[in-house]
Amino acid sequence: MTVKIVNLKLNGVDKAFMARPETTLLLGLREQLGMMGAKRGCAQGACGSCTVLLDGSPVVSCLVPAVTVDGSTVGTVEGLSDGQVLSDVQQAFLDGFATQCGFCTPGMIMSAEALLERNPDPTTEEVQEAISGNVCRCTGYEPIITAILDAAARRRGTTAATTPETDEGPPPTTAYESSEGMRADV
Amino acid sequence: MALLRGRGYASVNYPTGMNLGGDPSQALIHATTMGGFVVSLSSVDLGQGLKTIAAQCAAETLGMPMDNVIVDTADTDTGPHCMGTFASRGTHRVGNAVIMAAREAREVMLQVAAEELEVDADDLETDGSGFVRLKGSPETKIHVQDIALAAHFKQGRTISGRGIFLKERSYPVPETGEMDPDSAQAHACTVAEVEVDDETGIVTVLSLHNAYEIGRALNPAMVTQQVEGGAWMGVSHAVFEATEPYYPSSRAHGPVDFCEYLMPGPAETPVQTSVILERPASNGPFGAKGIGEMTANAPIPAVANAIFDACGVRITVMPFTPESILRGLDELRDAEPSA
Ligand code: FES
Ligand code: FES
Repeated sequence: MTVKIVNLKLNGVDKAFMARPETTLLLGLREQLGMMGAKRGCAQGACGSCTVLLDGSPVVSCLVPAVTVDGSTVGTVEGLSDGQVLSDVQQAFLDGFATQCGFCTPGMIMSAEALLERNPDPTTEEVQEAISGNVCRCTGYEPIITAILDAAARRRGTTAATTPETDEGPPPTTAYESSEGMRADV
Repeated sequence: MALLRGRGYASVNYPTGMNLGGDPSQALIHATTMGGFVVSLSSVDLGQGLKTIAAQCAAETLGMPMDNVIVDTADTDTGPHCMGTFASRGTHRVGNAVIMAAREAREVMLQVAAEELEVDADDLETDGSGFVRLKGSPETKIHVQDIALAAHFKQGRTISGRGIFLKERSYPVPETGEMDPDSAQAHACTVAEVEVDDETGIVTVLSLHNAYEIGRALNPAMVTQQVEGGAWMGVSHAVFEATEPYYPSSRAHGPVDFCEYLMPGPAETPVQTSVILERPASNGPFGAKGIGEMTANAPIPAVANAIFDACGVRITVMPFTPESILRGLDELRDAEPSA
């Protein structure tokens, strides 16, 4: 078995790792380069939790042989933020609580990034289509769709992304009614 | 032919926890040298948010910021006992155990602070930002980090607490069947709107409107997430998930993975609205009940009722497949007196 050195530009930085013929891009990222953002859900291209950007396009990295990406540009969720300020998509996910267990989140965010890169003003249907390869088993998708539309609006605005608290988000759908006194269980 | 619209609702009462042979969970808390509070649990957070709830209960009881709380669920071999996260019991059992442990730890924390400040522990209060201070004299105060350092290196004490919540075992009274099976009941109602295609039999769930009475919403964002994510699972049970007709006789042609086992995707997701009603339960942590499992329940009969409203077909077997809708429509047509 030939071991090859794979060179790539990962989140803007030159990296190299050793890959056997059966090494996938996902395994290279996680096990050789320590990038744990992309998740291994199904390892057969069905769940989207391993989504990364390969030369700008979203791919399921569990199905990409590592040796084929030599010389390519790869973007993962780790590259979106400097560790201090979140990207507009990340911030919109956080503000809209578009996550529960979080396992699908990195893949969802990378699919959203790819969508907004090519279509800054997507319709709800276009968002649904863009994340149709990403499985979420917690949220019921609605908050994710809303967050991506919100991120698109922030990106189109000039200042919205840095001042999310002044941004008018979607109207809350949840109402609360509280009665203070404790009562016996019913 | 026609797209038929219908609306239906369903309600659910759901128990929080169970008692089997007694249903306990334990929590232990100890302070680190730097004034962090480690909550040790054997309860598992697999994404439902139990660690967040445990941290909230600990922080609220200790009077410390959430940032000072570390929840450790590392190891069921070495951690304090927990029956598990099931039966919608996690928030209720673990929350109560954490509150009990945090109360004991808080008492020691105040005693250590009292010795440092040379005042009576009963006269101390927490300010929620990390300080313990003298009531009515907020200048006389000490930070939790200094309290922890004093406890460890000067006074030789552990700032710690033990907590357990036990739902005692309850046998049914043989004569009446009466028993005490749960700790509280949460209540909910879901209204579903559907569209039935009478040519293909495909049911589309257009919207779900949920009302939940849950005791106390300890974390409103997580409550809404659970209600709506659970309702999505309900839609999945109602009109998608099936291993028929092959299960259980043969797996050869049945769905075996994400690609083939059908659940709703982003485009099949109904619009949802949710209303949360709070009627605190006397035995819940800060009044909370559990709603983990019940959120998938009400949408299923609500969708069945909406299908009946839309096209007159009454279906009682899940999932409500196109085939079952078309067979139901055929039966209705056959039953019609011929013109
Ligand atoms: S892990 Fe790659 S699609 Fe599931
Ligand atoms: S948040 Fe759990 S899978 Fe999406």
